[in-house]
Amino acid sequence: MADTQAPGRLGLDFSVEAAARYAAPIGLGVVFLIFFIATPDFLTTSNISDLLVSASILLVLAMGQQLVVTVAGIDLSVGSNLPWSAAVLGYAYTSGWGLTVSVGLALLAGLAVGVVNGLLVARLNMTDFIVTLGSLSVVSGLTLLLTSGNTVPVNSDFLRALAINGIGPVRWFWVLAFVVAVLVGFLLYRTRTGTYLLSTGGNIEAARGVGIHVNRIRLIAYASSGLACGVAAVLFVARTGGADPSLQTDLLLSSIAAVVLGGSSLFGGKASVFGTVTGALLLQSLINGFTLLGISQYYQPIAVGTVVLGAAFISRFQK
Amino acid sequence: MTDTPARMTGTSSAAPAATQSGASASQVVSPLVEITGLRKSFGAVQALQGVDLKLAPGEVTALLGDNGAGKSTLVRCLTGVHPQDAGEIRFRGEQVRFHSPDDARQLGIETVYQTLGLIEDLPVWQNLYLNHELTSGFGPFRVLDKKSMIAQSSDILSRLDVNVPNVRATVRRMSGGQRQCIAIARAANWGRTLVIMDEPTAALGVRETAAVEELIARLREASVTVLLISHDMAQVLRVADTAYVLRRGQTAARRTISATTGDELVGLITGAVQGDAHA
Ligand SMILES: Nc1ncnc2c1ncn2[C@@H]1O[C@H](COP(=O)(O)OP(=O)(O)O)[C@@H](O)[C@H]1O
Ligand SMILES: [Mg+2]
Repeated sequence: MADTQAPGRLGLDFSVEAAARYAAPIGLGVVFLIFFIATPDFLTTSNISDLLVSASILLVLAMGQQLVVTVAGIDLSVGSNLPWSAAVLGYAYTSGWGLTVSVGLALLAGLAVGVVNGLLVARLNMTDFIVTLGSLSVVSGLTLLLTSGNTVPVNSDFLRALAINGIGPVRWFWVLAFVVAVLVGFLLYRTRTGTYLLSTGGNIEAARGVGIHVNRIRLIAYASSGLACGVAAVLFVARTGGADPSLQTDLLLSSIAAVVLGGSSLFGGKASVFGTVTGALLLQSLINGFTLLGISQYYQPIAVGTVVLGAAFISRFQK
Repeated sequence: MTDTPARMTGTSSAAPAATQSGASASQVVSPLVEITGLRKSFGAVQALQGVDLKLAPGEVTALLGDNGAGKSTLVRCLTGVHPQDAGEIRFRGEQVRFHSPDDARQLGIETVYQTLGLIEDLPVWQNLYLNHELTSGFGPFRVLDKKSMIAQSSDILSRLDVNVPNVRATVRRMSGGQRQCIAIARAANWGRTLVIMDEPTAALGVRETAAVEELIARLREASVTVLLISHDMAQVLRVADTAYVLRRGQTAARRTISATTGDELVGLITGAVQGDAHA
């Protein structure tokens, strides 16, 4: 997605700043190279196909996170909003409400959490970090209440087909994730709302001063992130065949990590949809490669955390 | 919702639409803006303690005062950034209550804040069109018309003697003077009724300052009212019709420029010359 960078000097610029800007693509290349050398199973059509399917879920979440980070916020509630939306889908489906209604309710459930976050942060001026940390806990409790802590199986042929099939070699998950990324890019770079999102994150006083309704804009960002959780939950249920209320809190860190790796500033006002997509792919490749190499699951959080810390370190050189 | 338009209440019976009647007739023409008894505190700090001020339509009014006198606070109350604690603001004779700067903007009021109000990571053209974006398409499918905005940005800037080689560059890359010119050009371009400038030439060179003064004169010719905050007495004497002096959050004096001197104004600002409050 085109950024608002002015054309730089011609020629190759191997400065630290340039390295920082392209951290995610460079990292992705390095990870691919390492795993390609380490195992013949990595760069196969079927593995890459599966890798991209897993990455799709993270990508959708990261796109929501991207919008919140753009307005200088952070959404920690995605960690429990995804299982919550998934549980609502499972609950509605097993209650016999039909797939369409159930999916609609799951999207609404995710959206509702985002709207509540947005209202608390924007209208009541509460600290984003605390608000979404609180709702992370509240929503995980709601999920446990709804499911009594049990996994809810969802046996839907449609969802199964969504996870497995596609148009030729192009899987449906990729299409969905691609559409979400394009929509977010379109919103940010081609619409007024996108300009206001970037302005609100870049300088909230200045944005308010020119008459932008910054509270409404922040609400839109959090609501979008909630909706993204709903979409990701549908994909998640389709892929795993059920809603597990206790799983997938690592998606929270990964969604933030993807945005940071992509070069967006956590201080807001700078967004890179392309960077975030690359960041999500990088993280998913790491996890995928580790699994292929049979490296203990316990090393995965260490690796992901190290990459995030590295990205945070590099971003110090970004100005 | 915060986006309710400025609520117009109160008496509006005697508000003749006398606007384009020249500068010198300020006493008989009803003011564009009339502020009475305006108060604003920040905790224990009483920034404004009863300010009275009238802006005659089509005139350039200077607002003078020492640092901390409350000039910027007055501007922010007038543009809807802060709600005032007490007092009233009338616009064209009608009492207005601005809930957000958008309300002021919809009445054609544009402001150059002392902090400039630019978004550093957005390109110059996007700052010039901020909240005035051109779009193509219709309904929810309206898309930013980048091409037109970029093309016309140079025109907006050309009114000022400012050299911005590339309007696609971000404001972060601009010098202090360039930034100030961008903020001024933006306000002058969109201001239809009132343009407020809070120390607009503080970071500018001689040539750029002259261009800004020329721009103020052009706004005046176009019957746009200007409120200018400046510490430069020579500049005030050159461009303004009327001057108000604020001292410790109160209106200390009002002077017609043709009937005062720089020395008197400086004396009024420092308190060496006794003011005549509620002038
Ligand atoms: N947002 C704010 N919060 C607290 N105090 C403020 C704020 N804005 C202004 N003040 C105080 O109000 C007084 C007037 O400030 P200001 O309007 O900026 O003066 P001026 O523009 O005339 O220099 C000062 O004492 C200042 O410290
Ligand atoms: Mg000031």
